[in-house]
Amino acid sequence: MISLAGRDIMHAWGKFVFTGVGLGLLIGITLSMAGIYRGMVDDAKALLDNSGADLWVVQKDTLGPYAEPSSIYDDTWRAIRGMPGVARAANITYLTMQVRQGESDVRTMVTGVTTGEPGTPGWPPYLVAGRQITRSHYEAVADVATGFALGDRLQIRRNHYTVVGLTRRMVSSGGDPMVFVPIKDAQEAQFLKDNDAIRQQRRRTTANPAFNYPGNPGLLNAVIASQSTNPYVNAVLVQIEAGHSAEDVAESIRRWKRLTVYTRSQMEEILVGKLIATSAKQIFMFLVILSVVSAAIVAFIIYTLTLGKIREIAVLKLIGTRNRTIAAMILQQAIALGMIGFVVGKIAATLLMAPIFPKYVLLEPLDSVIGFVAVVVICILSSIIAIRAALKVDPAEAIGG
Amino acid sequence: MADRQKKGIRIEALRKRYGKGDTAVDALKGVDMQVAPGEVVGLIGPSGSGKSTLLKCLGAVIEPTAGRMTLGEEVIYDDGWKMPDLRALRRDKIGFVFQAPYLIPFLDVTDNVALLSMLTGRSNGESRKRAMELLEALDVVHRAKALPAQLSGGEQQRVSIARALVNRPPVILADEPTAPLDSERALAVIRILNQMALQYETAIIVVTHDEKIIPTFKRIYHIRDGKTQEETGEGRAFE
Ligand SMILES: Nc1ncnc2c1ncn2[C@@H]1O[C@H](COP(=O)(O)OP(=O)(O)OP(=O)(O)O)[C@@H](O)[C@H]1O
Ligand SMILES: [Mg+2]
Repeated sequence: MISLAGRDIMHAWGKFVFTGVGLGLLIGITLSMAGIYRGMVDDAKALLDNSGADLWVVQKDTLGPYAEPSSIYDDTWRAIRGMPGVARAANITYLTMQVRQGESDVRTMVTGVTTGEPGTPGWPPYLVAGRQITRSHYEAVADVATGFALGDRLQIRRNHYTVVGLTRRMVSSGGDPMVFVPIKDAQEAQFLKDNDAIRQQRRRTTANPAFNYPGNPGLLNAVIASQSTNPYVNAVLVQIEAGHSAEDVAESIRRWKRLTVYTRSQMEEILVGKLIATSAKQIFMFLVILSVVSAAIVAFIIYTLTLGKIREIAVLKLIGTRNRTIAAMILQQAIALGMIGFVVGKIAATLLMAPIFPKYVLLEPLDSVIGFVAVVVICILSSIIAIRAALKVDPAEAIGG
Repeated sequence: MADRQKKGIRIEALRKRYGKGDTAVDALKGVDMQVAPGEVVGLIGPSGSGKSTLLKCLGAVIEPTAGRMTLGEEVIYDDGWKMPDLRALRRDKIGFVFQAPYLIPFLDVTDNVALLSMLTGRSNGESRKRAMELLEALDVVHRAKALPAQLSGGEQQRVSIARALVNRPPVILADEPTAPLDSERALAVIRILNQMALQYETAIIVVTHDEKIIPTFKRIYHIRDGKTQEETGEGRAFE
C-alpha cells in the first residue's frame, strides 16, 4: 500500500511546508514560554545557591528579603553568630535600582555585602574576572550581564564605584543582574535622601524645641546624626556548622531572637511558589492560548485541505476504500503538519528566540518531549472535524445525477 | 449460455423510492435486467427516467427499496435484506467509470490504477504490474508516470477505465463515459470497453445519451418512467 497522505503532501508540499513553518513559529513561541518559566525558576535557585546561605533571618512575620520588604537592625548578626550551630552570619541588603554608567543605565539588583574574608555569606561564590571587594567603600563586583567591564566607573545614587570583579549568572529572581557593593554603601544608597530633603529635615529638627533647647547643645547634633544614618539591613544570612541541622538552628533563632527564619527549602518555596507565581500563571495562560490557537490553525488547515479533496474522497469511497484508510490519510497529514511545526518550532526556539530574549530562557529536554506529545495530541484532535466531514461524504455524490 | 447468464449480474423487480410520504419519488418501479460476462449493454432513457438511480443500485452505492439483485452466485439484495459489506463488494467486484474521470490528482497514472488493487491487499509490485498491463492495453502506458492533470481528457478517461478494470471485476458500470469526448474518441472508448469485456469476461453496463455510440450496442435497455424495456440494438461493428 502506498501512503496517500505522503503523496498528497508531496503533491502540495509548498502549501504544507509554508503552513508548517507558520505553525512552527507558534510552537517555537510556546516552547520559549515554557523556557522562560524554567529560566525564572532557575534564576530563583541560582539566587539562593549563590548567596551561600543555609538560613535567612528576616524581619518578624515577613516573607523577606526577596518576596517582601524586611528590615532588621544591622547589629542583629552579632547575636546570631554567637548561637550554637552557627558557623557564620553576615548582613545583606538587596535593592533593585538603575545603575548608571556614563550616559546609560542598567536595571540591576544592588547587593550590599559585608566585607571580610572569602566565603562570607552573600559574596559571589566565584568570579570570572578580577577580584572580590576588599575596601569597605566604592568598589563593586558586577555580573557580566550588566555589560560592565573591569575598571568601569558606576554611579549608584550620588556615589561612584569602580568595578573590580565580574561574575556570571548572578541574577535576582526577576532576572536582573546583580551588582555587589560594600554593605555600608548599600545601606546609604537605600536610605539616602537628596540634599534638599536633608536640609529640610535638618531645619525642621532644629526648629523643634524638644531637640534643640539651650541647656543641651549636644542633643541636636546627636539627633541629626541618627537621622542621617541607616542602621537597618534586609536580612542576615547564616551558614550552619557541620553536624547541625538547619531546622534546629532556625528554630532556636526564632525562639530567642523573635525573628522569622527560613531554611533553604522554605526560601525556595517562597520564591517559586509566591514571588514568581503570578508570572508563572501568566505564562501558563499564554501556553493555553497558544495551544488553542495552534489547534485552531491545524484544524482549519486540515479541514480546508480535506474539503479540497472531497470529490476524490467520494470517489475513493465509491471504489471501495475503507473509512479507516481515509481517516488515516487525514490523520497522518495532521500529524505530519505537527511534526514539521515541531521541528521548525524547536529550531526557532533554540537558535532564534532563546538567544535574543532579554531574560534567561532554559529549554529543558523534558519540556520539548511534553511539547512534542502535546503537538501530536492537538493535531490528532484537530483532525477529527476534517475526518468527520470526510466520512459524512456520500459516495453516491461521486456519480452525480 | 445458461451458465454464462448465471455468472453475470441480474436484477428482478427492483424498486427504488426516494423520500417518504407526500414527497416520495418512485424512481424505479420494478426493473428487470441481466447482463452476462463479456457483454456490453446500453442503458438509455429520457432525463429523469431513473438511469443514474438504476446504476447506483447496480453499483451497490444506494440500496433499493425492494427487489432482488444477484452477482454470479452471490445475493446482494433480497427484498430489503442486503449484503453486509457493500464497500468491499464495490472494491472487489465492481468497476466504475464516470462521466468525468475523477482521478486522484496527487497520484501518478500508474498508482491511480494500482491503488484499488493495493486496497485489496495485493503488494505494490504486483498491483503496479497489473496497472502497467492495463495501461499498455489502453494505449496510455507512455504516460504512466504523469500526473492526471498533465493528461488530455481522452487519456484521463482511458486511465479511469484501467482503474475500473484493475481488480478484474465481474461488472463495470459506466455513467455517460463518453459525454466529454468528441465522436472519434467516444467510439474509441466504446471499442476499448468491448475489448475489455471479452478479454476479462466482464459484464459492462453503459448509461448514455450519446447518439453516436448507441448503434454499437447489441442489446439496449430502454428505461422510461422507472421501468425497463429490453431492445435489440444494431450492434454495429467498429470500422
Ligand atoms: N436523491 C434523490 N432524492 C429524491 N429524488 C431523487 C434523488 N435522485 C433522483 N431522484 C429522482 O428520481 C428520478 C430519477 O432520477 P435519475 O437521476 O435516476 O434520472 P436520470 O435518468 O439519471 O436522469 P438524467 O438523464 O437527467 O441524469 C428523478 O425524478 C429524480 O428527480
Ligand atoms: Mg443521470
